[in-house]
Amino acid sequence: MADAVLKNDGDNISMSNENQPIAVRETRALYQYEPLLWEKEQSDHSGTDWTAPDNFKNRTGQKQRETIGLPQVSEPEVMRHFVRLSSWNYSIDNGFFPLGSCTMKHNPRLNEKLARLPGFANIHPLQRAEDVQGALGLMYELQNWIAELTGLPSVCLTPAAGAHGELAGMMTIKRAHDLNNDTARKYVLVPDSAHGTNPATAVMCGYETRTIVTKETGRIPVEAFKEALYKTDPKGADIAGMMVTNPNTCGLFENDICELADLLHEAGGYFYCDGANFNALVGKIRPGDFGVDVMHLNLHKTFSTPHGGGGPGSGPICVADSLAPYVPSPLIVKESDDSYRLEENGERETSLGRLKGYQGQFGMHVRALSYMMSHGSDGLKRVSEDAVLHANYVLACLQDDYHVPYAGPCMHECLLSDKTQKETGVTTMDIAKTLVEHGMHPMTVYFPLVVNGAMLIEPTETESKENIDRFITVMKSIATDARAGDTAKFHDYPISAPRKRLDEVKAAREPKLRWKETA
Amino acid sequence: MRYLPQTKKNREAMLEKIGVNSVDDLFKDVPKKAFVKGQVDLPEHMSELQVERTLGNYANQNRPAISGPFFLGAGVYHHHIPSTVDYIIQRSEFLTAYTPYQPEIAQGTLQMIYEYQTMIAQLTGQDIANASLYDGATATAEAVLMAMRLTKRSKVVLATSLNPQYKDVLDTYMWVTENAGYVDDVSEDVAAVIVQTPDFHGNVHGLDEWRKKCDETGAKLIVVVTEILSLGLCPAPTQADIVCGEGQSIGLPMSYGGPHLGFFACREEYLRQIPGRLCGETVDADGKRAFVLTLSTREQHIRREKATSNICTNQGLCALAFTVHMSLLGEDGFKTLSQINHAQAGKLADALAKIDGVKIETENFFNEFVVSLPKDAQEICDALAEKNITAGLVVGEKDLLVAATEMTTESDIEAFASALKDALA
Repeated sequence: MADAVLKNDGDNISMSNENQPIAVRETRALYQYEPLLWEKEQSDHSGTDWTAPDNFKNRTGQKQRETIGLPQVSEPEVMRHFVRLSSWNYSIDNGFFPLGSCTMKHNPRLNEKLARLPGFANIHPLQRAEDVQGALGLMYELQNWIAELTGLPSVCLTPAAGAHGELAGMMTIKRAHDLNNDTARKYVLVPDSAHGTNPATAVMCGYETRTIVTKETGRIPVEAFKEALYKTDPKGADIAGMMVTNPNTCGLFENDICELADLLHEAGGYFYCDGANFNALVGKIRPGDFGVDVMHLNLHKTFSTPHGGGGPGSGPICVADSLAPYVPSPLIVKESDDSYRLEENGERETSLGRLKGYQGQFGMHVRALSYMMSHGSDGLKRVSEDAVLHANYVLACLQDDYHVPYAGPCMHECLLSDKTQKETGVTTMDIAKTLVEHGMHPMTVYFPLVVNGAMLIEPTETESKENIDRFITVMKSIATDARAGDTAKFHDYPISAPRKRLDEVKAAREPKLRWKETA
Repeated sequence: MRYLPQTKKNREAMLEKIGVNSVDDLFKDVPKKAFVKGQVDLPEHMSELQVERTLGNYANQNRPAISGPFFLGAGVYHHHIPSTVDYIIQRSEFLTAYTPYQPEIAQGTLQMIYEYQTMIAQLTGQDIANASLYDGATATAEAVLMAMRLTKRSKVVLATSLNPQYKDVLDTYMWVTENAGYVDDVSEDVAAVIVQTPDFHGNVHGLDEWRKKCDETGAKLIVVVTEILSLGLCPAPTQADIVCGEGQSIGLPMSYGGPHLGFFACREEYLRQIPGRLCGETVDADGKRAFVLTLSTREQHIRREKATSNICTNQGLCALAFTVHMSLLGEDGFKTLSQINHAQAGKLADALAKIDGVKIETENFFNEFVVSLPKDAQEICDALAEKNITAGLVVGEKDLLVAATEMTTESDIEAFASALKDALA
């Protein structure tokens, strides 16, 4: 990429010449080519104005560091660099983003504003309790909202993300069994439709997973569940628990969930619910009332803290009374004089301990509470109702054009497959990339694994009918063209995005994970 | 209900298309007993102004670092953040994007991650870095688990004082890991030797001796850095097998402990055992350079129970804040800022050391050190808080851990020294 920087001799080269610098060849209208920071013109001074200390003395006992290799770009060029990069991204503020199980809803900027108040952004996690009563009070209030919404009375806010919440939840179960000297329990029941994080988490906690096949109906069959539960012990005494997403990843509510929970509880196991799909339930249905013992919430899904291109998330867990003693520390304690404090180290001996530095993703706690208060009890109920309505509307509109593996009604997301289109050579991947070409983010593809060519569509409640209809129109036109055999174009899409389809095999076979100066 | 665009008329039209009478008909699979009767017992929706007032009241009950001289560090540091950083991370296209699963329309995030990975590798003197982890504490725990996978061993040596928060988190991860435990000596059972530098008490450590012990026994050397700015002054920990820690100091507010930025770098030969996301370079169908998440066969969504970690996302937006701030600093600015921090800490140490009975316990420090006092440290802290000075962290009966950064002014140092003198008098 040595030609990234324009050279003066470009004057003598025709516009169409291949020897033109890449920035000239590629830049068109709103698409601005932008090289890596190291490939830009390097400045002889920093984009900040720090003055080196006079008479500097190195007191580290180590040799002073020499060249690091960092790029040095002027302040205005840093701004352009990142603004140009941002223009190559699709986001929820750009348009429709029906990514199943990810709940890409509108991110209100009020929440951003509040998280940046100096009283929140500028406090240190080890400040004395009397100096951070507001932060502790806010976290306590958030715990109350979560407890009321889920029907699970004890809430621990520290997990950093959904997968971290899963780990917290399964560790809580392990801790409970350990302290009850119930250590023979080594299996965790996981349906085959589960998120990959579920089995990965169970194994991290030292458990073995036992898979329940749900392929036939998209739901856990009671008989198959019993078989798995009693497979190696007639009373299920070797079962630590089950990990179930409800509504599940096929977009369906597990309608036998109470019976499954009862059987599990009889066997002495705990019910861990993956709360990724809580948007279907919030304000209307409480997991604590269908047998859940522990659940994590994704504040970045249901409660709209921004996904940020892949984090930060936040994954609090909430638990039934039976598991309350074991959750990670620190919890927020309210004293009799209405002041708040953090639980001290070792104060609750039954706790499994600390799972993250400090008090969790506090900035996300502020945003989530702001979102909850904005909606209130009436608005949150409307959230789940509109989310479910929208998904069923998409299902109703597309069921004649696409294969529907499991009949509806669905919950907040609907599952289709490419079975019909595949006969014409058009796959789920082609459909996804065609949506990209039409200015929409694709649905979740090839997940859940139980359906070949799965397309999981979650419109969310923050879309207007106009937006949803536009998506439906594009989906129908894809189906129409596929039927008519007009399919060649699908394999090339996207052609209008900043990049065409990528060679992902090359990326994995010849890993190049950083920039390096070429000789 | 300002965030909910649906209209009554459209709801009715959709219900008609679906062929049901009411939205409750769509919830028919849910057992009756799980429904809330009416509404949950929480306040109804609020206007933007009401929410601002309510949460503003909470914010007003805290004492932010800017309200007085502030010397608390211990793994989270009060630094300046250039205005460009917060502007960029609030751009919709970064803030409201998803994990870049569709690379054709996520090149912005992907190129940024690639640049972030390169910066972390350069700073740590390692070959490669991942796309970030939750925080320094969990990154350290993941490093230990990785060392255990690489060595098929399960014992850990803590070579220097490790931030207690990190230690607690590591304890928790080790509790669920078979045979895991701490030992004092580096032997053939040891998977990892952990050297935090500067350590929790501010001491900067050399690594050669520990490298030698690791070479003799086959243990992996994990270097933990909780103040990444120290890498602008101290040598790159090239002796390490894994370098991990906390990047909060560059671009992220303290925010009561999160969200922060766990960084993770290592030698290239360990590539297939790295936890978390990785971004790599490739080409698109036209042969143009492009970036994509890669080597996902390590990850949970492909490997499920055989994954290297259960981690799904990274701290994307925090990595962006870091990358923007680093771009602004550049090579010169980063080193200068590092020197300023060191110089301010030196001035603070010199000012405090002049007070009778006060002793600086940390010989080789970067921007943080332990002072021993002739009186109870907690009492002194409370006395200084009365004067609106946040003195530091009590780490022993008479020991205080104090930090200085570029935010520390000469008058802050004077105020601290003079208040401490008064409190000890």
